[in-house]
Amino acid sequence: MTPARRKRLQHQLMPYVLTLVLLLLWEAINRLTHISSVILPAPSEIFGTLIREHAVITEHALHTFVTSMIGFGLGVVTGVLIGFATGISPAIYSGIYPLLVAFNAIPKVALLPLFVLWAGIGAVPAVLTALTLAFFPIAVNVATGLATIEPEMEDLMRSLGARRDEILIKVGIPRAMPFLFASLKIAISLAFVGTVISETVASNDGIGFLMMAASSRFDVPLVFAGLFVIAVMAVAAYGVCSLVEERVVHWAFHARG
Amino acid sequence: MHSMSASTAAVLSEPVSAVVPQARPFVELDNVSLSFGGDEGLLALDRVSIEVGEREFVAVVGPSGCGKSTLMKLVTGLLPPSSGTVAVDGKMVTGPIKCVGMAFQNSTLMPWRTTLNNVMLPLEIVQPFKRERRQHRDEHRARAERLLDLVGLAGFGTKYPWQLSGGMQQRANLCRALVHEPKLLMLDEPFAALDAFTREELWIIMQDLWLSQQFSSVLVTHELREAVFLADTVYVLSKRPGRVIFRKRINLPRPRSIAGSFEAGFVSIVHELRDKIVEARS
Repeated sequence: MTPARRKRLQHQLMPYVLTLVLLLLWEAINRLTHISSVILPAPSEIFGTLIREHAVITEHALHTFVTSMIGFGLGVVTGVLIGFATGISPAIYSGIYPLLVAFNAIPKVALLPLFVLWAGIGAVPAVLTALTLAFFPIAVNVATGLATIEPEMEDLMRSLGARRDEILIKVGIPRAMPFLFASLKIAISLAFVGTVISETVASNDGIGFLMMAASSRFDVPLVFAGLFVIAVMAVAAYGVCSLVEERVVHWAFHARG
Repeated sequence: MHSMSASTAAVLSEPVSAVVPQARPFVELDNVSLSFGGDEGLLALDRVSIEVGEREFVAVVGPSGCGKSTLMKLVTGLLPPSSGTVAVDGKMVTGPIKCVGMAFQNSTLMPWRTTLNNVMLPLEIVQPFKRERRQHRDEHRARAERLLDLVGLAGFGTKYPWQLSGGMQQRANLCRALVHEPKLLMLDEPFAALDAFTREELWIIMQDLWLSQQFSSVLVTHELREAVFLADTVYVLSKRPGRVIFRKRINLPRPRSIAGSFEAGFVSIVHELRDKIVEARS
């Protein structure tokens, strides 16, 4: 193994090592200070619960995962559509952009009572919350990617006699791809946020519901187990988006550097 | 004229030309003015008249901010003049003209396309290539590869632009500008960002391309040696508002060499142009 490769491997392992160290530290503090597990359970206790309750946790986690993915998927569709329309037309841009920003300023939890009123409790308000959180970064990024074509590139295309739609297909869309994929990573995390928020107040399923129910029974290890599962799912989803991004728009990573 | 020695040619400064046919100029700017922001606005070009013959290489030099780049946009129809007329190939320019090749200082190669696919871009847009691109795909590819070969980029077609050096990117840029065999090539300081040696290399390549293909060319630059090396005629613009203050026929024999650019005949032309620019600045 070359020194350079060893160094790279070291850097890749660092986050895992750090996580392990933090967990051990947490465990040690717990054992030394005898904090009640109702306040802060030890990692060993949390993992114990995770294994013991795996059936019920898996069921709720799956529910949260599916709900988040539906919200994310719908967010991608609406985000791309709105971003596309905004990016290609200055008129639509000046009309929609301020509204988008205003909408984004609203705390999405404040919309939940409306969603529940319209759709009742369950997965639907969760999907809607995930959707409203996820579409915004996508719309803004797609619009930015389309609207910021270099003037020289546009001059070149026009001097070749390219029509507007040709400029869009050959320059605008490929150029917007890195913007889109960068926003997908953010959007997928936000979709989980939206789903779990909604589940904590308006659902009888999902990790959010499970954690709320557990906390009302003072089953704090289960609350932490839920937290752990949602964290793993969100990080994994982020990782998948990241991987797809590197594959699809690999040129953007090199071209920037 | 081609056989004339450099020193004799340098003495002639008035338009006596065998390179340029005496027919109508291919590009004709007649008393063109352009002001940004209406009549009261900033005057960028002031009654500029420039002629580019068929197969002629024209260079436009001048201090920064003299409206050189604006000139490029006027000729290609990307900007309409405030007054005066622009004609290309005998037709008045009223909108973006077709069949022109362009290269800028920034190579504007697309990072998501390989170099070969970048060079082939105009063939996907300009007729008749666009129409026949499915049946003639191999032929188009061969055409692009031939050009890459010509500028010393053989084998680099599969590389992405960001894997090439600045000089190589500009060579690919020239290929893209010429692949659809435009009758007019517009160059806006395409070599300005390169180091001195690479720049001279590209002058040679540019000259070879121009001698082997059939096109007129307008080069905008502030590098006087570059203008004299490449051009048949050099126009000197004043600082803003840009006016033509001097026109110089360069009758040095072709192909010109870098060594030749340090000889007396060449250097004296550079000095003459330089004096005109200094004069106009004071």
